Amino acid sequence: MEVITSYLITFAVGGALCVIAQLLIDLTKLTPARILVAYVVSGVALTAVGVYEPLADFAGCGATVPLTGFGYALAKGVEKAVDEKGLIGALTGGLTATAAGIATALVFGYIVALIFRARPKEQIK
Amino acid sequence: MKTTKEEYKKLAKDNTPRSPVLRDCVFAFLFGGAICSVGQALLGLFKALGAEEETAKTLVPCTLIFITVWLTGFGIFDRIARYAGAGTLVPITGFANAVVSPAIDNKAEGWVPGVGTKIFSVAGPVILFGTLASVVWGVVYYVMTCVMK
Repeated sequence: MEVITSYLITFAVGGALCVIAQLLIDLTKLTPARILVAYVVSGVALTAVGVYEPLADFAGCGATVPLTGFGYALAKGVEKAVDEKGLIGALTGGLTATAAGIATALVFGYIVALIFRARPKEQIK
Repeated sequence: MKTTKEEYKKLAKDNTPRSPVLRDCVFAFLFGGAICSVGQALLGLFKALGAEEETAKTLVPCTLIFITVWLTGFGIFDRIARYAGAGTLVPITGFANAVVSPAIDNKAEGWVPGVGTKIFSVAGPVILFGTLASVVWGVVYYVMTCVMK
């Protein structure tokens, strides 16, 4: 029962974060690329003010999988690095914490681009 | 037949297609929620396989990215995204798709100016502004910890 509840929370929080973006797309002129940037920066800001960590503890992947979670990882990364190494951590922490995701996207993105040919489709702008 | 202003308004309203906003939001909610739940299931799986908490948490976005780039290559992701909208855009899947999709599309321009440049066309701004925000927060956090000591 506990497992089901936790999945429902994950589903609801993750879904809600997507609905906010969908409303921004439908009701404003924000493009998807701008929304991704806004989500990451919001994630950093919400972590900085102490809102996002409780949400991540509460919703798990419902909060960490959306792009705001990328911002959360960046912000937690700098906090940890600053705690350990001082001011230099402000420069190293963010990218260190997100390195695995970025490297995966670039490496496999490149491999897939090697293999597949372009097909007519809509592009994210 | 003469139509009054009110009648015209009603006529125009009846003939305008129903706003897709609600439908878009329902799809975004369902797909977004589902992707996050898959992430949660992967987290449980990695832990069950003996990965440490931190490693498991790192592997979740990596796995979702890995799956997405292949689905994008096969053209399946775009077909799902057409219905899911923000439901596939906002999760890390949207980031992964935005990395690989322009890289494939601009392959003809060459490996460096085509793939190498375009692979960052959306990832670049995301990484730039994310890093910028995190460094600003890092400096503020450093000052805060100094003051509190």
